Amino acid sequence: MTSVSIKDLSLEFGAVSVLKDLNLDVGDGEFLVLLGPSGCGKSTLLNCIAGLLDITDGQIFIKGKNVTWEEPKDRGIGMVFQSYALYPQMSVRGNLTFGLKNAGVPRDEIARRIERAANILQIEPLLDRRPGQLSGGQRQRVAIGRALVRDVDVFLFDEPLSNLDAKLRSELRVEIKRLHQQLANTMIYVTHDQIEALTLADRIAVMKGGLIQQLDEPLTIYNRPRNLFVASFIGSPAMNFIKGEITGTNGSPVFRAGDLTISLAGYETQQSLAPGHCVILGFRPEHITISDVPGPAGRSCEAVVDLDEPMGADSLVWLKVAGKAISVRVDSGRRYQPGEKVFLIFNPAMASLFDVATENRI
Amino acid sequence: MADVAEISGPQTAIEPRGARPRHAFSRRNIFIYGTLILVAVYYLIPLYVMVVTSLKGMPEVRLGNIFSPPMEITFEPWVKAWSSACTGLNCDGLSRGFWNSVRITVPSVILSIAIASVNGYALANWRFKGADIFFTVLIVGAFIPYQVMIYPIVILLREIGIYGSLSGLVLVHAIFGMPIMTLLFRNYFAAVPEELFKAARVDGAGFWAIYLKIMLPMSLPIFVVAIILQTTGIWNDFLFGVVYTRPDTYPMTVQLNNIVNSVQGVKEYNVNMAATILTGLVPLIVYFVSGRLFVRGIAAGAVKG
Repeated sequence: MTSVSIKDLSLEFGAVSVLKDLNLDVGDGEFLVLLGPSGCGKSTLLNCIAGLLDITDGQIFIKGKNVTWEEPKDRGIGMVFQSYALYPQMSVRGNLTFGLKNAGVPRDEIARRIERAANILQIEPLLDRRPGQLSGGQRQRVAIGRALVRDVDVFLFDEPLSNLDAKLRSELRVEIKRLHQQLANTMIYVTHDQIEALTLADRIAVMKGGLIQQLDEPLTIYNRPRNLFVASFIGSPAMNFIKGEITGTNGSPVFRAGDLTISLAGYETQQSLAPGHCVILGFRPEHITISDVPGPAGRSCEAVVDLDEPMGADSLVWLKVAGKAISVRVDSGRRYQPGEKVFLIFNPAMASLFDVATENRI
Repeated sequence: MADVAEISGPQTAIEPRGARPRHAFSRRNIFIYGTLILVAVYYLIPLYVMVVTSLKGMPEVRLGNIFSPPMEITFEPWVKAWSSACTGLNCDGLSRGFWNSVRITVPSVILSIAIASVNGYALANWRFKGADIFFTVLIVGAFIPYQVMIYPIVILLREIGIYGSLSGLVLVHAIFGMPIMTLLFRNYFAAVPEELFKAARVDGAGFWAIYLKIMLPMSLPIFVVAIILQTTGIWNDFLFGVVYTRPDTYPMTVQLNNIVNSVQGVKEYNVNMAATILTGLVPLIVYFVSGRLFVRGIAAGAVKG
């Protein structure tokens, strides 16, 4: 059963096309994250679902009902904003009850819902304060509460944690995930933070230029990015890319870039790796290992350490391989000195190959 | 050079520590405060002359020493200006004009601000079709000289039958306040975070609910500014007052002119001065009272989350 369904959605502001023929189905109780760089249309899409923007073409269904022309309040959605958007002159209780009063909900029902939301979010002691007297984390909790009391099917989050500091952000992230497990509502969550996306999502839709580039489970997006944009956008530290071409026979394809050759035996693909094909080879820093002795033939090469960046749990080592800079993530137990000679061992099964021309995964 | 010597002279013996010492009579302070005092005196001298003259009797005024304080303080000119000075046929002083002005200013201010704030809210937050054109037309209205519109409005008011009445003048003030007031409110509401407006829409609030329950309570500072501008502007208005009213509905400013510029009899400078101060008293009080409110409003707005 789909909870939110978007069909051929287009949005244009004058001559500028922001969303193009977008199709998206969100399952019941699913946590979907819309991820992308700023200006990719992810917040715009959320505003369209909420009914805060009039769309140019297409249809939006929520719980099987066509809500394309409905007002935001009639769509069965609750929304949480980046700037919290709490009504400054009302108490927390006033903020929570505002929507219910507008909807004409009976007073005892309002009291019951407030109590439940305050209990879930642990904001009972704050109910009579003004938003100005709350900290950032408390304000965002109240903002979530305002969506919660509406008793809706779909929650929309528009970068809710972006205004918080790093520590609060990770705390609230866990709370949102717990809230989702507890309520089992459908949640659509917009963010530009890939850690939030990977940790929270059941599925991630990576967007760029008003189009969904890839819609998959977090690990699939991380390990098998569909194109070069997704591969470079997801992952921190970023994926290593080496431009080169395929050589060798069909049975045992080999990647070659200058003096560097890496065997591609074990790389899963539906397409044939024809010799002469210009490709970009991508390796995540943690899918390369550093060794003092050469590894298996064809999967190993010599490298010189350039820089060592300790990051606590692990270190990022920058090396020079055949004139190219490669980063490798290693255990922080050992420090590498600049100029040190080591060997790199690649695992083709974890690699990503992209066509140079189309930038799509091969 | 003197500055350098002043700072480095005695201090070189002490190790600098903590807040830098400040000298009350440094050259900088003398310059700043000197200039401020000079300008303040320049502005206050006319007011001083007016107050002093209004407290003198006519024989003393004739001596011609306009800067000297009154030898014998008398409030007779004030009483005369308020209740018995002659303007044309009426000899009941400024009191009539005062109440006329109150009856003009209060409804004009309320009407113009009520309409302009809703206008500004609609233009800023509800991007209806043609909003930009509407706004441009309104702003252009602010640049058309009043003189061009005086006669057409006379005809207009005559046709609807309120020419010469107070309600006619109120209507004129409300219309002429519209462009600048709308601009004021539009700019203020445009600075309110858009997400607040979106949140209210998700919460099911409509046009009036958002205006009354969300926007209005947040806008005290801009309402105070609008009230100051409109009250002083309308109270001080002379042109519309003289054109659109009759002698028995003249506002205070027109009456003041009639007292001061009367050609018969002796020029009673003390009465004229008293009448002028009385007329200017209302804007003055508005500034003093709302000035503090205004600062409070700005401060309250500055710490909003």
